[in-house]
Amino acid sequence: MSTLAVNRAQYEAQAVPLDRIDVSDPKRFQDDTVWPYFERLRKEDPVHFCRDGMFGPYWSITKYRDIMAVDTNHKAFSSEAGGIIIVDRNVGERFPNFIAMDPPKHDEQRKTVSPIVAPANLANLEGLIRSRVCTILDSLPRQESFNWVDKVSIELTTQMLATLFDFPFEDRRLLTYWSDVATTFPQAGQPIDTWEKRDAILAECLAYFTRLWNERINKAPGSDLISMLAHSPATRNMQPREFLGNLILLIVGGNDTTRNSITGGLWFMNQNPDQLQKLRNNPALIPSAVSEIIRYQTPLAHMRRTAVQDAIVGGKRIREGDKVVMWYISGNRDEEVIENANSFIIDRKNPRQHLSFGFGIHRCVGNRLAEMQLRILWEEILRRELDVKVTGEPVRVPSNFVHGYSSLSVRISA
Amino acid sequence: MPKIHFLEFGGREHLIEVPAGTSVMQAAVDNNVPGIDGDCGGECACATCHVYVEPAWLEKTGERTVPEDELLNFASTAQENSRLACQIRMDDALDGLRVRLPESQH
Repeated sequence: MSTLAVNRAQYEAQAVPLDRIDVSDPKRFQDDTVWPYFERLRKEDPVHFCRDGMFGPYWSITKYRDIMAVDTNHKAFSSEAGGIIIVDRNVGERFPNFIAMDPPKHDEQRKTVSPIVAPANLANLEGLIRSRVCTILDSLPRQESFNWVDKVSIELTTQMLATLFDFPFEDRRLLTYWSDVATTFPQAGQPIDTWEKRDAILAECLAYFTRLWNERINKAPGSDLISMLAHSPATRNMQPREFLGNLILLIVGGNDTTRNSITGGLWFMNQNPDQLQKLRNNPALIPSAVSEIIRYQTPLAHMRRTAVQDAIVGGKRIREGDKVVMWYISGNRDEEVIENANSFIIDRKNPRQHLSFGFGIHRCVGNRLAEMQLRILWEEILRRELDVKVTGEPVRVPSNFVHGYSSLSVRISA
Repeated sequence: MPKIHFLEFGGREHLIEVPAGTSVMQAAVDNNVPGIDGDCGGECACATCHVYVEPAWLEKTGERTVPEDELLNFASTAQENSRLACQIRMDDALDGLRVRLPESQH
């Protein structure tokens, strides 16, 4: 982004009356100008009510500790009552899934899928991930510009997802497509500009997965996610909308998040060559750098809750029925908890202390798999001494939920 | 000051002495005992300070809290004697406490 655009955003963020601030506008995420708005809210009104938001009235929770308090209080702040994103849909239009459920049903369904990302299975996956990372890195073009998002970030995460689902490998880009469709919404100004278009494409996703389900339910239980869902007592009687809901959850969870941290990491290292040099000098810093990348990117900008009882957060009274948005992306830049929060520092003191995975019972189930993929990628980039230079500004997606990139132009010189 | 024995998954033992009032998680993190992450900083919000309390100490360390029990419910390697180390505060009655660490925090 140009200095002019940054200055203008800073000016506008200060000039607008506090009660008119609506941080949810997807455009501000697309052009990367949301930061001064969050900075102002953290300073002047950390628990902020927006009456006329683009997505209706809502509370913004912008500071680390307040976010922690909401995230860990699932009795007062429901994931099920209004879903987990800021956009509202009627109950009949939603696709139920376990991240948007409260206990006890949430617990049962989460426990069905969690073994696939448990330590024992991660150890099994490590070798496979490494061999794929090596193949991808070794096949990248040299001396010509290409899109890192497409050739590395999407390719690696989509291959992983296909493996977890035991999804036909040649069709794996469908997973990427469905993931992108699932996270867009009509207001984003993208080709999919009505809910009907979105739901029609997701119906194709459901049809495809239903075929896989039918194959696997008639076989002995396997170790892939479809088989796990088809055979577990907690999930085997799901209705089609709920099956689709959980598929979308697993596809988005396993796809968008890691994809955008892979791209973000490369971008941050290019913007901060001193940090990249530090990493090259001491590869033992990779795990810490991975946590810092995930904090600094915050691949999911927010999670939404709905108050199901009155509650006080940061001194403000939130009423039953209110929409509450926890802006992880803002809490991760809260200087009160994270020193020099706006700087990318790969060897900071507590790199794992960040909000990107959420906290409490809905904490990211795949966080260790995500970290492992990023760790292996950086190990292999360093081992090859790959010099990947960014050759243009990243193109960001217009979303207040998925904080990510559609392209990042790069060139490998050696 | 009360002492804690940490037994790593591989078997290595660490004997740590901390002031009364310190949580078992903080004791490990401050003394670089590997195998305890404590991502949430002791808020009982992440389950990355999972430990197994040696049976002889179970009674003295007390019961799991409700949020602790909810989180341990999701830990793939949880057992009857699993606790979150951030929820155990050291005092003289716990002097000599022995806890084992899981293979990894999840």
